[in-house]
Amino acid sequence: MILSGTAVVIGDEVNSDLLYPARHMGIPDPAMQATHALTGLGPEWPGRVATHRVLVAGWNLGGGSAREEAVTALQGAGVRLVVARSFSRLFFRNCINNGLAAVACEALPALDTGATLTADLAEGWLDCAGARFAVPALPDSLLEILRHGGLLAQLRAAA
Amino acid sequence: MGTLAEQILSRAASRPVRAGELVEVIADRCFVPDDTIALVMHHLKRAGITRLAAPERLGIFYDHFAPAETVASATIHAAGRRFATEQGIAHLFDVGDGISHQICVEKGLVRPGQLAFNADSHTTTLGAAGCFGTGLGATETAYVWATGLIWLRVPTTLRVILEGRLAPGLDAKDVCLTLLRELGTRAAVYRAIEYHGDGVAGLGMAARMTLCNMAVELGAKAAMVPPDAVTEAHFAVLGIARDESWPRIDPDAEYERTLRLDLGSLEPMVAGPHAVNRVSPINEVEAPRIDQAFLGTCTNGRIEDLRVAARILQGRRLAPGLRMIVTPASRAVHLAAMEEGLMRIFLDAGCVVTTSGCGACAGLHQGLLGEGEVCISSGSRNAPGRMGSRDAAIYLASPATVAASAVTGRLTDPRTLAPLLETMT
Ligand code: SF4
Repeated sequence: MILSGTAVVIGDEVNSDLLYPARHMGIPDPAMQATHALTGLGPEWPGRVATHRVLVAGWNLGGGSAREEAVTALQGAGVRLVVARSFSRLFFRNCINNGLAAVACEALPALDTGATLTADLAEGWLDCAGARFAVPALPDSLLEILRHGGLLAQLRAAA
Repeated sequence: MGTLAEQILSRAASRPVRAGELVEVIADRCFVPDDTIALVMHHLKRAGITRLAAPERLGIFYDHFAPAETVASATIHAAGRRFATEQGIAHLFDVGDGISHQICVEKGLVRPGQLAFNADSHTTTLGAAGCFGTGLGATETAYVWATGLIWLRVPTTLRVILEGRLAPGLDAKDVCLTLLRELGTRAAVYRAIEYHGDGVAGLGMAARMTLCNMAVELGAKAAMVPPDAVTEAHFAVLGIARDESWPRIDPDAEYERTLRLDLGSLEPMVAGPHAVNRVSPINEVEAPRIDQAFLGTCTNGRIEDLRVAARILQGRRLAPGLRMIVTPASRAVHLAAMEEGLMRIFLDAGCVVTTSGCGACAGLHQGLLGEGEVCISSGSRNAPGRMGSRDAAIYLASPATVAASAVTGRLTDPRTLAPLLETMT
């Protein structure tokens, strides 16, 4: 499963209050959620995310709240791959279970917005700025969820 | 047997499991608060689910924006009520009943040895009752409601051994903040925490809930206190006796890491602004003027917390220009505070008492912060914008520190205001 695109880059410890403030919860449509994506960092961020398919972050992306809008708002904005030095457990689960590819790479170098990244989640590698990094491959059961486009899509397909 | 996480998840997976395994488990309980119920209903509808797998195990809680602040919120509440009735969902705790995690422990909705989910990250609180409680997103919650099942990785466990006793004026919140200062926000990611030692044995259920609650700020998937005499006493009152499903400490369990903390050495701590791990002893913080003091939340809105604050506020007034909001964690806490005369103390001091629930914690209603304002809160989170304006600053501290600071108008060590407090138990 290979994904590629240019990145918008955020820092360490961007928690779910910053990714998606609680007052915008209750909106089911990811395209509408996208107008609030990352607004905890400032009102200019939805515009910044919108032109990239990859989000790159530092340590502990998505700590705090369980709200999955932190993930689905990114999907609504067109993000197809999230790469971080590390993830909070809830953010990582919300990515996989909503069908958003997520790659943890502790050795991730400092990158600028606009850098091109490519990842293969099944083989376990990440290419960025000309360098290749080995990353943990996703277990088959989680790849299956991603291939279906999320846990509920997988459930529908099985019905 | 293994760690508590291994014991509980082995039962939930119907086979012996060890840390590191990816397993499918049956949920004993799965709850949803009002801020996520709309999304869960939306997902179920889109997935074509018309009947839920085990409605007797499910519950809905109106806590994050109850009473409703907007028409949209009121409409969600109404839709949730209809859905609960149609589906025969076992529990709907309505406006004013209180915060999900508080009600779960208070009313014995969860028990030791159970696996409980809730679409809320502070579900770790339930570990105070020896339950493996953890948060889920809306999609996976809808999946559990549809199937009764979910995938999980069995976590490794950090054992935190608490030794000794807290000095007067300190409480479990100071332990949480000290751990955040020493470990940061990532030490427990993907891991469970078990609190052991004579230090935890000496803490009551309320303090244990605070400890397990803020474990999620350390990144933990779950945090548990092994059931003991305090747990037995708590459940005995609810008519629930210990049985073989309750997990116990296994001397052969393998812990990833063991840490020790001497409770007697702690000082009152404060976190903030803007990050939960920006923690300092209160006496080392440059103390800004405070506009709002907030006492409440699933972290510190229990009767024990209200008692501590009331002892400080008794016979005193809030600092001029400062407002203090008191939000009991549940209706039962509110009633107890009335019966004990605490509400009179709060009102006499100049506080506002609001409907029980989350209140101002997530910036959704009942006490937002304006631009440039400073708040001291007994809650667990302080990201910019969490309680209103992105330009406001939130400091987190114990109920005693919140009350003392409300009296002086600046961050204040509660030990400097007589009477000295007994350790919260
Ligand atoms: S009190 Fe605050 S932290 Fe607790 S469940 Fe409510 S919003 Fe979340």
